[in-house]
Order: sequence, then C-alpha cells, then structure tokens
Amino acid sequence: MNSTFYGKLIFELGETGRVGYSLPKNELSDYNMASLPEGLKRKEAMGLPEVDELTVVRHYTNMSNNNFGVDTGFYPLGSCTMKYNPKINEEISNLPAFTSLHPLQSADTTQGALELYYNLQRSLSEISGLSEFTLNPFAGAHGELTGLMVIRAYHNNRGDYKRVNVIVPDSAHGTNPASAAVCGLKVVQVKSLADGTVDVDDLKAHLDDTVAAIMLTNPNTLGIFEHNIPQIAELVHDCGGLLYYDGANLNALLGKCRPGDMGFDVMHINLHKTFSTPHGGGGPGSGPVGVREGLEKFLPNPHVKKAEDGTFYVENDKDSLGSVSGFTGNFTVMMKAYAYILTLGKENLKYVGPYATLNANYIKDSLKDVYELPIDVVCKHEFVFDGLKDKSQGVTTMNVAKRLLDYGFHAPTIYFPLLFHESLMIEPAENESKTTLDEFIAVMRKIAQEAAEDPEMLKAAPHNTPVRRPDDTLAATHPIVTYRELLADSAE
Amino acid sequence: MNYKYFPHTDTELKEMLEVCGKRSLDELFDEIPENIQFKRDYNLPSEMSEVELRRFFAELGAKNKPLTCFAGAGCYDHYSPAVISHIISRSEFLTSYTPYQAEISQGTLQYIFEFQSMMTELTGMEVGNASMYDGATATAEAMMMAVSAAKKKNKVLVTSTLNPNVKAVVETYAKYQGIELDYIAECGGVSDKADFEEKVAKGDVAGVIVASPNYYGIVEDYEGWADACHAQKALLIMNCQASTLGAIKSPGEWGADIAAGDGQSLGIPMNFGGPYVGFLCTKKALIRKMPGRVVGATKDLNGKRSFVLTLQAREQHIRREKATSNICSNQSLMALYVTIYLALMGSKGLKEVNELSYSGAHYLAEQLCNTGKFEMAYADKPFLNEFAVKTTLDIDKLQAECAAKGILAGVKIADDTLLLCVTELRSKAEIDKLVDIVKQF
Repeated sequence: MNSTFYGKLIFELGETGRVGYSLPKNELSDYNMASLPEGLKRKEAMGLPEVDELTVVRHYTNMSNNNFGVDTGFYPLGSCTMKYNPKINEEISNLPAFTSLHPLQSADTTQGALELYYNLQRSLSEISGLSEFTLNPFAGAHGELTGLMVIRAYHNNRGDYKRVNVIVPDSAHGTNPASAAVCGLKVVQVKSLADGTVDVDDLKAHLDDTVAAIMLTNPNTLGIFEHNIPQIAELVHDCGGLLYYDGANLNALLGKCRPGDMGFDVMHINLHKTFSTPHGGGGPGSGPVGVREGLEKFLPNPHVKKAEDGTFYVENDKDSLGSVSGFTGNFTVMMKAYAYILTLGKENLKYVGPYATLNANYIKDSLKDVYELPIDVVCKHEFVFDGLKDKSQGVTTMNVAKRLLDYGFHAPTIYFPLLFHESLMIEPAENESKTTLDEFIAVMRKIAQEAAEDPEMLKAAPHNTPVRRPDDTLAATHPIVTYRELLADSAE
Repeated sequence: MNYKYFPHTDTELKEMLEVCGKRSLDELFDEIPENIQFKRDYNLPSEMSEVELRRFFAELGAKNKPLTCFAGAGCYDHYSPAVISHIISRSEFLTSYTPYQAEISQGTLQYIFEFQSMMTELTGMEVGNASMYDGATATAEAMMMAVSAAKKKNKVLVTSTLNPNVKAVVETYAKYQGIELDYIAECGGVSDKADFEEKVAKGDVAGVIVASPNYYGIVEDYEGWADACHAQKALLIMNCQASTLGAIKSPGEWGADIAAGDGQSLGIPMNFGGPYVGFLCTKKALIRKMPGRVVGATKDLNGKRSFVLTLQAREQHIRREKATSNICSNQSLMALYVTIYLALMGSKGLKEVNELSYSGAHYLAEQLCNTGKFEMAYADKPFLNEFAVKTTLDIDKLQAECAAKGILAGVKIADDTLLLCVTELRSKAEIDKLVDIVKQF
C-alpha cells in the first residue's frame, strides 16, 4: 500500500497545536527555568512537526512498507551475511532487567550484565581461537580501527616506531585502507593472483621492518579460501609484523577453521553478520576485537574481567590503546549474539559454515552456464559472477540487480570487488532453504533469458518498485539533505 | 539433521551436494590445509530451547539490580513513549541493511532524511549526517573533520570541562591520527575564557571542542567564542546533550561550526551503555568534509520525490584510504528511534521535558544542601538537569546505602564530589526518598 498521503514527510503532516505526547504534571513548578539566565536560553524556534500519536504510527508503519528486509524475502547481499535474525533474541534483548541499567552503575548491581559480557568474550575466544576479546567497538569498521590501534600499541610498546605500513590486498573491503589511514598508518597494496588469492611473491617484496601488519579477509572477497595462509603467516611473522583478520567473512568458517589456528594475531567479528543480530537498516552493529596471547593488555578500556571469587568487574589497563567508546559498546546487541550462541549451542554452530557454503556453491553451480564465473573453484559462503555470460545485448550487472527487485528479491552486492567490471557478489546464508534458492536460480535464469530476448525492457528495470531509479547525480550535484533545504528548493 | 534454523532435508542435502559434485559437506572444505582445520566440537554449552533460553536470561537478569536513576554523566534516564519500541521492531526496518538499493529502501532512506532534518533543527545547524556510533566517537570524528578542513594545522583545543569518557575517545583518535591536543583550563567549573583566547590567538589551532552543558551539568556561556575561533580560521565544535537543546542555546545560536554529541537523551533506554546514536551536524560549506552516510532528496524516473545515499565520493568504499572517515554504516535503527521520539514530542514536549527535569534537579539540589551534608560544587553557575555537589560524607558508603534501598545516587566524580541528575521520570516522592536516606546517613 503506497497512497500519496503516506508518501509525505512527517514535517508535511503537522498542524499547529497538535501534540503526540503526555508528561506528568510538574509537582515542583516553583523551581522553573525563569531563573536560567536569558543569554543561555534557546531563542530560535525548532522546525519540528506538530503531530498526534496516530499520525506518527501510521506514517512510520507505511514507511516501513517501502522497505525490504530479511523477513521480507531473500537477501543475497554478498559480504553482508544477511542471515535470519531470530525473534527470541529481540525479546531477550528488551528485558528491563538489562535495558534499565545505567552504564556507570556499580559492578555489584550489574553482575548479570557483566557475566553476559564476560561469557560472550569467552565464547568468541573459543570460536576464533584467540586469547581475549573486547566488545567495546560499535561496528565492523570500528573494530578494524580498534584492532589496528592494538597493533600500533604493541609495536610502540616495544619501542618499534618505524612500523607504519599496513599491507592490504587490492581486493579488500574499502574499510580496510580507510581504517588504516584513520589509525595513522600507510597502506601498501599487495596484488592478487588471477584466482583472487594473495600473490605471495608480490607480498615478499613488501615485507621488511616497516610492516606493522597485513590485513586479510579469509575467505577473501571472492569467497575463496586463502590456502597459502600458513605460509603468509610465517612470512609476515618472520619480518616482525602481525596478521589482522577482517571477520566480515567469518560465517563461512564456523565449525571448520579458526582465525587463531590460521596464524592471525588480531581480528574483529561482526556480531551483526556471523551472530545473527539484525542490521537495523545500517546499525546498530557490534564489532568485538580479539587478540592472541600477549596482546591482551593493549585492548581498549574499559575491560570486563572476572575475579578469582567468580565475580565480574570493569577495569582500565595502563598499557591499553585507550578508549574507543563512551561506555562498553552496544550492550543489547551483545545480548542478541549471546542468545544466538546459546540457542545453537555446540551441536549446531558447527553447521553454520558448512550450510552457508553449500548454499553458495549450489547457486554458483546452478547458474554458471548463464552467468560468467571468472574463477571456477569451490567457493565458501559467497562467490562473484562477472555479469552475464552473454553480454552482446549490453545488459549490465546494474540491470540484472534492478530486475531482481521486480521479482521480489534483494539484489546481490554489485560492482564489488573491483577485480571485475561487472561484479555480482552473491551470499546466501545458511538459513535459506533449497526451495528459496531454487526460486532465486529460476529468476536469475529468466533474467538471463530476458537479456537475450527483451534487453530494452531489462535496461529500464525496475518496473514494480515504489520508486524507479532515483537520480543519484542530481542528488550529488545539488545536495538537499534536510526538509528546510527541500522547502527552499521547491520555493525557487 | 533437522534444526529450526537449517531448513535442509536429508534428500535436499544429497541433491545439492550432487549439483556441486561433492559427496559430503566436509568435502566443501578440502582446500583448507589439514593442520589448520578445526576438527573438534566447540567448547561451548549445549543448544537451548526457547524455554530454556528464557529461563537462563531471567536468572541472569535477576543478578542485576535495576535502580531508580539519579545518574547522568553521559547517559540519561528519560521517558520513551510506547509507540517507539513498537515501530522500531517492525521487521522491514529491523532486518534490512544499509539502503544500497534505493528502490526498495525508501523507508530507511526517508527516516534518515527526517533524522538529518530534525537534528539540524535541534542543533541550529544547516546539514547533518545519517548518524554516528555514539556521542564520543561523533566528537572524535568532528575533531578529525576540523583538522582535515584546516589542511595545514594539526592542533585541537579541548575544554577541560568535557565529559572525561568523551575526552578519552577524542584522545585515542588524536593519538593515532597524530593530532596534537591542548586543553583549555577549567575555572570554577567552566572553561577559562582567557586561557582559550590566549591559546587560540596563536593561530595554529584547527578546531576548538567545547561542551554544552558541560560535564558538571553547567550551561556555559560561549559568547564571543565563535568569533575568536573564526578570527583564527579555527572551527568551533560543540559537544552537546541532545535533549537539553530544547531549552538552552543551540550550537547554531552560539555560532559553532560543528555540533556533535549523543542522541541517547532523546528517549533511548540506558541499555547499560548502548546502543545509542551519535549525531554530527555542520554548516553547508563543510558538507563534503563530513564523515559518514548522508541521505539526499532527489527525483526518480517518473519525477517522484525519492531519497538516496549521496555524496558517497567522501566515503571509504570509493575513496579507500583517502576517505573522510572509515565509518561504513551508522546507528540507523537508533536514528529512527530518535526521529519518532522527536516527532511525538515536538518542540513543546521537549521544552516540557526540560522544565520538569529542571524543576526536579533544582529541588533536589536545594534539599540536599538543606541537609547541611552537601554544598553546591559551583554555587553560582547555572544548570539544567544535572549538578555537582561536594560533601564530607563517604560517597562510596552513601551510594551503597542508597543502592540497598533501590536508588542509584549519581556518579562519584571525585573523592568529595557527586554528580547528580534528575529527569522528568523522577517523581517528587523519589527525590524525597533520596534526600531522606541522606538525612539519616
């Protein structure tokens, strides 16, 4: 349902004098703001809408109808692990016994929350094969930054200040080089081989005493396992550098391989990918960072620890890299992740990687006769097509992606990684049934057929969505980012 | 095996493996070197049913002691209207990702546009981003933005009256970025203007970070600060507590260039520290220096108003190491939280929240001082909902006594100083109960 009325902005639904709230009567009105100096008071009016409660509810309910989530349909967005977000976890995370806690309450009144925090740290250590975790970072990119700070703190602590370079493969997520730059490190790009794995010879050429670390995703952004990892680890360690594991693709390896066992020293995990917490339209996420033995003291402050008497407490470490968050991270997101780990337990967690991998290979092998598969090997949780096999009609990956929307699927990640011109990166999570995958495969084949028979129709896709191909260029050259600007623009 | 989150039947499993040319799930992992394969079970608890899970968390929750909150210091116990939790739990919002496909993400894009609009109204700025992780990281990003805008200057002044948790994050980011920090002295609970003027006059400062209200709850007077900054081509960054902007002078009114802070006080539950939502608003001239996602209005093929992620040329997925920030996502759902809160409350509701908090806080301050056991730490300074008091009492023991009686008696910020906060959620009876405990202590 998309009536014109509900296409409005909340600002366009107000009427002077309407209210949407009720507050208690002021029992202490003798103490009022009249005594606040005039010069400190707000004078400018705020252009907030004046709307009643039902209007607010209808407005946002209708807006939600213009959105597509995992609960709406198949969401094979590569590199994002759009798995099912269990409903029970939402209920758990809303328990007032946790949500009503102030972050600066004393440890003796927050033992339940601290116990959860600590046990999640321990669980992540077991799953990743690393010694200790912090849960403070708010997201994957924030975890990367924190992890690189750990690495710098480690080198600086040894008095080794010349290690300012971070080696990043050319296929890496954009956050890798950006995080390195924010951490004050220089990015050195290492080449990929034709199969997307690290070119070990090129790597060797970059290894010297200026290397702080190498950042890798394994499986890499093509969904291919970096099988040379033991050799890479040895080479990097021999030159005194550390290995950073970008946990974006950890889902593939659950039950099968642990970053710590591969030789990684520092990593982040995206709880909103591997551990099922909802993406929420872009957040809140959570990006815990784990480290190998010997690096624990560099983790950010504050740190949740367990005392010998079994109680939990929060402590600051003097060698710590510092603080990266106002308090101790997105706590209720951690609750959801912990509920997920407890729900699956050791019996089921080990199947997450295998089923995700099976689903990806099943789609890949079912479509590679019509879509270009540049690297035809067993993939892990995701893989990349380089557009349609038959490109003679000029149908692009963008066209395919937009046409998928017409058929009720979310599009895969497109034009990433940058190694191919028409990248179409597909990641089906372990929760997807063969029935769903078969439907997707059928639609992808149908689109390939449409590309051959009716390419112009395909190039005009999408046809059935609430809006059709909004003009990105107009938005960027003439930015309108607030309602006030929108009003001024329409008055012109 | 059959499990609720794995829909594969035994027959399907066989069929799928056959398509992939494999005989078992294990064979899909053959390329992983033998010595790094993980072959045992995780040392983790056994699976739990929903019944067991609920019981587990109920028992864990019972180990916490929720208290009637008189603490602030960066996290505020404000009322959250019932509408919000219902709307934000809608699957279409909750289970979507960053709106990469604008055609099927208009819901997310539109509320972010509304969020940006509301936050710029609140802060009195011209533009804003789609949100940041929290107030502390937003302030640190503002610092990096000022240095980047200044090009050749690398020093940032920070007021000593900034919340120490925010300060700590700013310091961490500065340390690794190689940004030099210098502090503006504190004088009687507020920033020392003479010290600021002397330091900014040197001309080597890219940005100045101030706080409103400051850590002690004091509403500082920043008259003339923006001019002094601009005379030296430095940017004025104001860290603010969102809710108070309904009553006190906004960063825009003070002439600030960047407003950054936490939106938690706009009805977001305390959540033991997160998730909250950071905001960063600025002047239009600085829009391309701004970190994070930004949503813009545009038109679609049919001329229909629509919204898209825009100005992406600043961002990490395009610019990689040259991006304005490494931030990739935002706190989207929490931005929706705040958007609905502000839609419901409006300017009038926000003003009332501040009035109620002001009344309660000033009543509590007076009552505590009347006991003779406390005195105002900064007697002549104006405050809104939070204030510092000095005492000769043992604060740890007093807080323990209060906790035993169900009250969180503020945050101890020095051996002899307690920081207390009152919001519209605190009734006169609750305030009187706290005062009674102090009287009998």
